[in-house]
Amino acid sequence: MTRYTSATDADREQMLAAIGASSVDELFSDIPAGVRLDRPLELPAGMTEQAVYERLAELASRNTGAEDEITFLGAGMYDHYVPAIVDSITQRSEFLTPYTPYQPEISQGTLQAMFEFQTSISELTGLPVASAGLYEGPSSVAAAAYLARGATGRPKFLVSRGLHPHSREALETYSAGYGTSVEDIALAGGATDLAALEAAVDDDTAAVFLQQPNFLGSVEDLAALAPVAKSTGALLVVAVDALTLGVLRPPGDFGADVAVGEGQPLGNRLDYGGPSVGFFAAREEHIRRMPGRIAGETTDVDGRRGFVLTLQTREQHIRREKATSNICTSQQLNALAATIYLSWLGRPGIVELGELMTQRTAYARERLAAIDGVEPLHSRPAVREFAVSLDAPVDGVLRRCAADGINAGYPLGHDYPEWPNGLLIAITERRTRAHIDLLADALERAVAAERAGTTEAVNA
Amino acid sequence: MQRDRAVTIFEKSVSGRRAAVVPEIDVPVKPLEQLIPRDMLRAEGPRLPEVSEPEIVRHYNRISRRNFDLDTGFYPLGSCTMKHNPKVNERVAALPGHARLHPLTPPQRAQGALELMWLLQASLAEICGLPHVSLQPSAGAHGELAGLLLTRAYHEDRGEARHKVLTPDTAHGTNPATVTMAGYEAVKVATDERGGIDVDDLRTKADDDVACLMLTNPNTLGLFDERIVEIAEIVHGTGATLYYDGANLNAVMGISRPGDMGFDIVHVNLHKSFSQPHGGGGPGAGPIAVSERIEPFLPRPQVVKVEGSNGTEPHFELDFDRPKSIGRLRGFQGNFGVFVRSYAYILSLGGDGLREASETAVLNANYLLALMRKGRAGKYLPIAFDRTCKHEFVLSGQRAKRELGVKTLDIAKRLLDHGFHPPTVYFPLLVDEALMVEPTETEAKETLDAFAAAIDDILAEAERDPDVAQNAPYTTPVRRLDEVGATRKPVVRQPL
Repeated sequence: MTRYTSATDADREQMLAAIGASSVDELFSDIPAGVRLDRPLELPAGMTEQAVYERLAELASRNTGAEDEITFLGAGMYDHYVPAIVDSITQRSEFLTPYTPYQPEISQGTLQAMFEFQTSISELTGLPVASAGLYEGPSSVAAAAYLARGATGRPKFLVSRGLHPHSREALETYSAGYGTSVEDIALAGGATDLAALEAAVDDDTAAVFLQQPNFLGSVEDLAALAPVAKSTGALLVVAVDALTLGVLRPPGDFGADVAVGEGQPLGNRLDYGGPSVGFFAAREEHIRRMPGRIAGETTDVDGRRGFVLTLQTREQHIRREKATSNICTSQQLNALAATIYLSWLGRPGIVELGELMTQRTAYARERLAAIDGVEPLHSRPAVREFAVSLDAPVDGVLRRCAADGINAGYPLGHDYPEWPNGLLIAITERRTRAHIDLLADALERAVAAERAGTTEAVNA
Repeated sequence: MQRDRAVTIFEKSVSGRRAAVVPEIDVPVKPLEQLIPRDMLRAEGPRLPEVSEPEIVRHYNRISRRNFDLDTGFYPLGSCTMKHNPKVNERVAALPGHARLHPLTPPQRAQGALELMWLLQASLAEICGLPHVSLQPSAGAHGELAGLLLTRAYHEDRGEARHKVLTPDTAHGTNPATVTMAGYEAVKVATDERGGIDVDDLRTKADDDVACLMLTNPNTLGLFDERIVEIAEIVHGTGATLYYDGANLNAVMGISRPGDMGFDIVHVNLHKSFSQPHGGGGPGAGPIAVSERIEPFLPRPQVVKVEGSNGTEPHFELDFDRPKSIGRLRGFQGNFGVFVRSYAYILSLGGDGLREASETAVLNANYLLALMRKGRAGKYLPIAFDRTCKHEFVLSGQRAKRELGVKTLDIAKRLLDHGFHPPTVYFPLLVDEALMVEPTETEAKETLDAFAAAIDDILAEAERDPDVAQNAPYTTPVRRLDEVGATRKPVVRQPL
């Protein structure tokens, strides 16, 4: 008997007698002999709880996380502080262990949390309707493309090179399925090139994809880009960093049709990339094409306020091959974490956090730009992330900084060959002025050492 | 459960209250307009709630008590595998080395995470009987999309263009929805009188324009398709791939492997068979296991083990250099936190324990089915296809509806008053008034007995007075809700 089952030998006997079977094996007699496994699974024997803990703790100890170093790594996921109330509430059995709320009478907690999430996302993005969440950021961008394809019937997507490379790639992966092409719009000065967009957008364009702030941390000039993007009837999709929306004007203000994004910064752990949540907000006219669950307010037979999954005729379990998305299990618990986090941050907090990041980022940019061999990669406005170009091999610099206990950021060369020594640096509220000063000093030493061609051994 | 009038966190907002205290700005402050042009700045802060920490805690604790949950009661939701979620899994997932590990950490400093992923891949490969695994898809439906994109890439690589995908009429709704998203036409295959694929119908439809057959085995009727070998031969004979929807893998772990049945691509729901909590609708994860011929097309990146040379230890890498890959389906490496929990579960049970889990799941289902064959349940809720079931079974409420005037929906709602989550209802579609029951291995015999007794009570009550079930539930936080009204005039956010 495993520790997660309760059937004793006596139970088994009674149950088999009730079934009228002589053995458990007999219950599997419909499986043809040729496809039955005639040996035990080649997996280790079961372990005690404490042995499992020790094994997993040993694996965890071989990772260098944000607990172990001063990290400036961002590029889509960020080391923000997650308040204790998020853990305490999301670990409650009542939120952790139910299924999708198919029986609304006993799922009001989850349904109301979805409704509150939708409200927060709608407020942040400046768009009237939002769904209860998708898997994560890049696949939400791809989901927006599917909506745009359905809404316009057009065959082409235009993608700013400021869009997260993972979003760009997910979009291309999905597009192979429904037969659309993906074309890049170049950057100029670290932001989407308006002239290039103007030249590319045409009657075949289903949607234009921009990111705010873009992958390089630049705040895009949406006021200039949006009308051009929409000039031929294409939809404007903005992948937005929700945590910058305390200070930045929201996509809805610029006429965006859809705003999507990665919800990890909103109270979700880094977790080596997931689970997090994707958010999806849109103009009212797109509500019946939106992917994902949507909670709606209604009343019960006694007139009491309640919430239900609504507009389910979009969904796969009702519409099957005509559904607007195939999504089923999504990321509800992570959406709950985001909802709690946004309530915790509140109206003043999200503004103050945005201002704090903007000021520290400005300080870090100045501090780093003063270093010999470090050049700003662009001079666009920024909130919590910016890019520099090193006059030294970036990998060597990063190794040297790591030896000093500092993760200096994300090297850009893999995704942007034009900046082989580019470095993307994120400044969350957990990175203080003292940390930034340590980064600057470490970077200065590392760049100088790399330029000097020092060959001394560096700990990986 | 908590039955107060629902009030949202936005309605509890009072100007001037706060929970978060943001760190003070510790750098020289510049006017914000100097850093970001005024026309890019938000004029007024978004209207998020203004509440103190104690009010937030109380709010969410109170609304949590308006949920039914697995830790509190029986949840026999068919095809959802609501098995116990071990608590140690939460503890190990929260270790800072996992929880605070950035996804772009260089591989040499994320060796523990990569090794864990590699070990989980190897474990799933063994359980599925297929050599290669990608952990990237975020849920079952995401795995299905991956599977069909892999199929497309495989055929295109061979210079073939195929346009149709076959799905049985018993299939999960995600199957046909995925077919459309992947750019194929969905074609239905009928079910035979024993509840399996109608092989004659399959033969008629399996031509060289078919890219794939998507199948669940045991299927959504809880029945193992005894003709699976023949089905695989027909499908492979046309050059199509055979796709396994792993939603029902919990019936056959260590007993029969999809790869041995002839499947090319399998998705595994870690939030079903491998104990990841459902969280009210996720997170989950939908890793895929594939055969040799599909491997070149797997999503990027893949976790690979690099054997050591000259006495050095092996290490683990992320392999991006996969020229035939379908590419990414999402950001980063997948739902790693889910991988940690599921790997902890596999370690806890071991190979024998997984087999025993499946055996007990099937024992529990057949025991509950035996109880359902008797008395009023047997009279009013007959089994749809009368065979030994696997981990779940499907009853038809047609007679209860006709003879008692209570529909499957009414029985489901009355179960709520008895403290049980209802089975999956009205699915699969080919069974009239369907009730799909999956007890899982983690339920004790007494729970199954109590559930059967509750069903009998409800039917006895309906014999006397069908009105009671027809208007149920009575004891829940809210009663039946106006779903039609909610759709007609959608209110999907709090007006502020």
